[in-house]
Formats: sequence, structure tokens, C-alpha cells
Amino acid sequence: MQGIYKSFPGVQALENVDFELQRGEIHAIVGENGAGKSTLVKIITGVERPDNGRIELNGVPIQAKSPQNAQELGISTVYQEINLCENLSVAENILLGREPRKFGRIDWRAMQAQAKEILQHLEIDIDPTKDLGDYSIAIQQMIAIARALEISSAKVLILDEPTSSLDTHETAKLFQVMRKLKSEGLGIIFITHFIDQIYEVTDRITILRNGKLVGTYDTPALPRLELIAKMIGRVMGDFNDMVQTKLRSDQQREGGPLLQAKSLGHSGSIAPFNLDLYAGEVVGLAGLLGSGRTETAQLLFGIDKPDSGTLNMAGEDVKSFSPAGSIAKGIAFCPEDRKADGIVDELTIRENIVLAVQSNKGWAKRLTKHQQYELADKFIKMLAISTPSADQKVKNLSGGNQQKVILARWLATNPQLLILDEPTRGIDIGAKAEIQKLVLELAEEGKACLFISSELEEVLRTSHRINVLRDQQFVAEFSDAVDEHTIMQTMAGSEK
Amino acid sequence: MTQSRFSWQQLRDSQLFWPLLALAMILLFNLFFTPGFYNIEIKDGHLSGFLVDILNRGSVLMLLAIGMTMVIATGGVDLSVGAVVAISAATATVLINPALANELISSEELIKDVTSTPLWICITAALLVATLCGLWNGLLVSRGKIQPMVATLVLMVAGRGIAQLITHGQIITVYYTPYFFIGNGYLLGLPFPLFIALFVYLCTWLWARRTAFGMFVESIGINARSSFLSGINEKNIKLVVYTFCGFCAGIAGLIYSSNVKSADANNAGLNLELDAILAVVIGGTLMSGGRFSLLASVIGALVIQSTTTTMYAVGVPAMAASAIKGLVVLVVILLYSEQTKLVLTRVVERVGARS
Repeated sequence: MQGIYKSFPGVQALENVDFELQRGEIHAIVGENGAGKSTLVKIITGVERPDNGRIELNGVPIQAKSPQNAQELGISTVYQEINLCENLSVAENILLGREPRKFGRIDWRAMQAQAKEILQHLEIDIDPTKDLGDYSIAIQQMIAIARALEISSAKVLILDEPTSSLDTHETAKLFQVMRKLKSEGLGIIFITHFIDQIYEVTDRITILRNGKLVGTYDTPALPRLELIAKMIGRVMGDFNDMVQTKLRSDQQREGGPLLQAKSLGHSGSIAPFNLDLYAGEVVGLAGLLGSGRTETAQLLFGIDKPDSGTLNMAGEDVKSFSPAGSIAKGIAFCPEDRKADGIVDELTIRENIVLAVQSNKGWAKRLTKHQQYELADKFIKMLAISTPSADQKVKNLSGGNQQKVILARWLATNPQLLILDEPTRGIDIGAKAEIQKLVLELAEEGKACLFISSELEEVLRTSHRINVLRDQQFVAEFSDAVDEHTIMQTMAGSEK
Repeated sequence: MTQSRFSWQQLRDSQLFWPLLALAMILLFNLFFTPGFYNIEIKDGHLSGFLVDILNRGSVLMLLAIGMTMVIATGGVDLSVGAVVAISAATATVLINPALANELISSEELIKDVTSTPLWICITAALLVATLCGLWNGLLVSRGKIQPMVATLVLMVAGRGIAQLITHGQIITVYYTPYFFIGNGYLLGLPFPLFIALFVYLCTWLWARRTAFGMFVESIGINARSSFLSGINEKNIKLVVYTFCGFCAGIAGLIYSSNVKSADANNAGLNLELDAILAVVIGGTLMSGGRFSLLASVIGALVIQSTTTTMYAVGVPAMAASAIKGLVVLVVILLYSEQTKLVLTRVVERVGARS
């Protein structure tokens, strides 16, 4: 692929990206959210078309018109969610649509034999007559791969986050299959957030950031630290002479912690952790995507119910976990996915801002129109939300302004603890700085704040303490005096 | 000039615009093609004529549309309201004239303006049963996490059976005159059902717009996840909305049975759920949920009722009537669709480019 450009309304999703996959290699594509990984994959698989650029397969220019077309060309994809039918047999799943026929009827015996052969080729020993649902996710994943390979005489296999729901053992098994396919000359594109796995199985790495190509590297030749630095956009040389402009003031702790989590955990999303938050401080959570940052926030806010440990808020043990309960206790949560979890796009700015306050008061005690406008206008002014009036629909605002509306919704509840998950993602520099400043002002007013961001610099600037997460675990806590380099090293884990 | 254009814009963006336009078009049609459509005369001390008839018969549909509006605004739908109309009608009439032991008591005494149960108990019981039906739907949807269409389909099918059980499979005829007032009475020269519908509309409007309930309903319909994260209790709101829809269907059932002076478990309120949904859709509330306007739904109900009445007035055979009704609805719905607007814009542009 050469010089791929793709833009969506308002966003340049890919800008002059080159990508090359060789026969018999496993090639990782990495990058944080919004880097352009999925857009690139969508272009390869024919879901999207590039605005510009050229794609060649074996030296022949191609452009897949649809995912089906891409499969015919020899490009198969296995997605994160398995698109198979649980209630059909393994053999049916593999050969669906291409069943061997005899006298116009499906030749079941031939079908089973054929399926068995395909599975054996991948060294999977299972009974193809059983229902797919009888097998574990890992096996289902491999059956999905078997199907993907069977559909076309595949030359390229794309695995999109195949390991996200697999355990260590299952992952190892998947890697075994991947290596075997590689040895047969298949080119595999492997997309994952797990750094360890990249180093375990891939030959080369292509790094994308903000829609631009950072580079393609041989895996063994690229130290982990450098990989992380390139993903999040720091140059190694910068570290030494980087001047940290810390905005924050010193905080004093008075009394006990506002929020105290003791070995709080949720299996499958975050390992048990301890966390104390004091009034007046900002605690940063650093970690790569999928490291458990968001999961921690969701646990503290009562979206997910913990299956171990205890949570104590303002001296009281939390017994029932729900967002409504958390709001009543003075916790606010500004979610990562603004569109899906944050804004109610058809409602006006005013309605979006009063939503949480109103839900906490109950439906019967409605804020009068006057009170609503007062509240909305106050925050529009305070956060400098640019809009002609409070009656604009939120969907008409820019991303940064939408983010401010959600912040306003939570500030309006006058929370004790503010959990901010990626509050500055996708908004311009000016708005970013404003939000960072706001967070520190809030801390100064005596609120506690949990600040989650994939931009390390931002975490460093705003946080009094920083917790680092890796692979769904809290791995370290740093105080004030830490530098970016140390945190990145911790995020990356040990070099093996 | 800019002032007038601004208000035009406001008018066009209002949810009331399209249903009012549709209503106006039907009324305009009648002005030219239906002689005597606008005649209103005073008969037996009350007004009568086609227009009065539309308001009278439209009341049942208005009530159903009011209940349905908030259900649809949460992103759901209630297919069972027609069946609940039948259940409510059956309950009230059977209490007036009990169908015990599979036999109607038709002694002289009952026929002569006598009820076996006090009227207020008949009415309360019917409303209670209908509300319970709504509660059942609400439980299936909010606690059972069953898709609204499937959940309410259960009662849509079973409801007629329940109504049959209540009436012991008989068509119950009512002779008790005070009951007739609900569906046939007149107040200040206007049909009494209209007052019931307007009263319910007013109460519902106060409930939805003078408390925060309406906003929560809209918020859930637009983005349930965000609403949940903002602390809105989605389950309870859905429960209440379906229960209320059942309650409205209960009132509609009373009016309906009183109007026809009988209760037929098989035919009372037949297909009314579809008319109610159409009324809401014509009123501009999206089936996917979100913004709603009770008044627009009420006007939507009038659009449907006017269409029906117009066809009787013009003399369209009953068989063809539903086909034409479908056509009217199709036109209105197409007017709403973004796709149509897009196609129309393109056509206009193309014509403009050619000339």
C-alpha cells in the first residue's frame, strides 16, 4: 500500500500512509485510539475506500469494493467479535455457503471430512459435528480463522484484536496456529493492544499516530520503550531536556481518604487493586489502551459491579453499585466515549447540563426553566462553551464543546470526586489546556480528581500522584517527582 | 423580511408543522369534494355533523396515541393496546351485566336501567385491569429485557383470549343508561369523550413537561447508555410508561364499549394499536425514540380519524377504505423522511440546472 489518504468529515483519518506486508510474516499494526489502525484495515478489507493512494497485491493493483470482494481477492479478516453461528455445527460454520453437494443435496459426510481436514491442518483436534457453542472462545476464534482461510485461497489474513478475550493458555495456542500459517507463506496482519504479545509473535511493527505513519520496524530491533514513545508521540531525545511545566500547586491532605478501594477487582477487566483518593488531590492513571484504566473508572463509579474487595466513599462502605447511587454519594464520571456514553445528542445544551442534577433530584422535583437556564448559562460562561444559545442541540457542537457540556453536566452536581476518563481526547490544544487548568482549580477547591489520559505529558502536568497500569493490573505508584521516562518504562513492562 | 423568514423556519422545524399540514390537506379536500362536510347543526341540544363526529370518534384514538407517545419516545412500542381496549371493555360490561355460568342475566330488572355493580366500581375495575396489563408489559420490557415488540405481542395475542374469558365468549350488551354517557354523552353541546381525552392530555402534558419525566423519557430514547450513566433509572421509567399506556387503553376501552353499548372480545379495538402507532408517527415522534410531542400525536390521531370519516363521507367502499388510509399515511411518512427531502432537493437542483 502506498500513499494512502482517507478523510472523514472533519477528520483526516489517514495521511500518506505506506504499508507493506510480506509473504510469511506476522506484521503488527499498533497505535493508540484514533491513530488510524481501523481505518487502514477497513481500506484493506474493502469496507472503506481510500481518497488517494494505491494498493497492490503480488504486484497487481487492486481495490476491494466490498469485504466479499476482498475475500475473493485473497484477503480474509477475523474480527474481535466472532461472527459465527453458535447453534450450527463446527463443520457447518467452516463451510457455510460452500457445502459440498451430491445430487443437489448437502453431502454431510464429505462436509465433515473436509472440515476435519481443514482443522487438522491447523492442528486443532476437535469434533466438527458438535455445535460451535460447545467450544471455548479460543477454539471458536480458531474456527473463525479456519473459515477465513477456507473461503478464499487466502494470501493475507487480518486478525483484529483476536486475543482480547483469551487467557494466556489460549493465546499461546492461537500463536502456535499463527506461526504455522506463517511458515506456509501466509502474510498475517496482527492488531493488538498487548505489548507483550507483539514481541512474542510478530516479525515487524508498523506504528501509526494521528493518521500518520510513524514507521515500520523489525520487532527485535525496536526496544519496547521506543515503541511506546513512538506510539504516544515522544521522541527519546526529548526526555533529557524536556522542561516540565507543572501547573499544579502543592496539596495538603487533611483527615482520611475520601475514597478508599481495598483489593477491589472485577475478573476479566481489572485485577484487584488498592487506591486511596484524598480531597484536594489529582491522581493520574497512566497506561496504554486496554491496560484497565477505563475499567477502573467504571468500577469506582458503579457501572460494573466488583466481584472482590470493598469500596469506601466518604467513610461509608458502598453496598449497592450503580451510577445513580454514585452520583448521590458525590461521584461524577466523565466517560471516555463521548458519543456513546456521554452526550444525549438530540437534547439541547441546557437539557444535557441539567441531566445529572435532575436525575439526582428525581423526576418530580423539576428544576424550573429559569433555574435550568441559570445553571446552563453559568457553565457555558465558565467553560467558554461556544454556542449562540443554551437551546442549541448538542449534536451541532464541536467535539471540544461537547466535552465541555459533559464536564458541565458533572460539575453541576457539585461532586466530591470527579473521575475523568480521557477528558481531552479529540479536542484542540486550547480547550485541552483549559480543561487541565479547570481540573487543578477543582482540586484546589477541595475536590478529589481521578485523571485518566493516554497523553502522558498531560497526566504528569496535572497529577499529584500517578498510578501506572499494565495488562489490567496496577503495577506501580509514583509521587510527584517522577519523569516521563520512568512512567513509560513501567507502562511497557520489563524487557525480556 | 428576515423576521418573517425566521418564524417560518421555526414553524417548519416545529413538530406540529407536518401533522397540522396533513390535517389541513384533508380538511381542504373535504371542502371541495364532500358536500355538507362542514355543516354543523344542533340536534337534541347538542352539535352534530362530520366535524363533531371526528372529534367524538377520534377521542378513543387520541387517548391511545397519548399513551403510545411516551412508549415510543423511550424507543419501544406497545402492540397490545387494542387487546387492552377489549379487556377493559369486557371488564366494565361484565360487571354491569355479569356473564355468570356462561349465561347472561337478562331478567326484566337488569334490562331496565339497573347495574349489578355500582358504576364507579365498574369503571375503577376496568381501569385497574387495563393498568395491570400495562404493568405486565412494562415488567417484561424493563425487567425481562424482552424486546418491546415481542413483549407486547404476547398480550396482543393473549389479550383477546383474556377478554373472551371475562365475557365467557359472549358479546355482552349493555342496557344500563348511565354508562352510555361516557361514550355518547354531551357536555356544553360537545361530545363527552372529547372532554375525557382533553383532560387526559392536559394531565399527561403537565406530568411530562412540568416535571422532569418527559426529559428523562426523551433522554432514554435518544441515548440509553448516557442516561444510565447520568443516573437516570431507565427500568422504572420504562415500567411507568408502559403502565400508563395500559391505563390510557383502559379509558379508551370504556369509551369504546359505552359508545357501541356492548363489548365484543373479538372485535373491540381491533387494529387500533396500529392506528395509535401511526398517529404517533404522523405526530413526528421517531420510532427509534427521542423527542416527542403529545399535542402532535393528538393531531396525528385526528388526521387518521378525519381520513377514516372522510372516506365514509365520500362513500368509499369499506373494503377499499383501509387501502386509501394506507396511502394517506404513506404520503405523510414520506414527507417526513430525510431521504425524500434529499431526493426532492436533488430533483429541484437538476431542474434548476437544466433551465
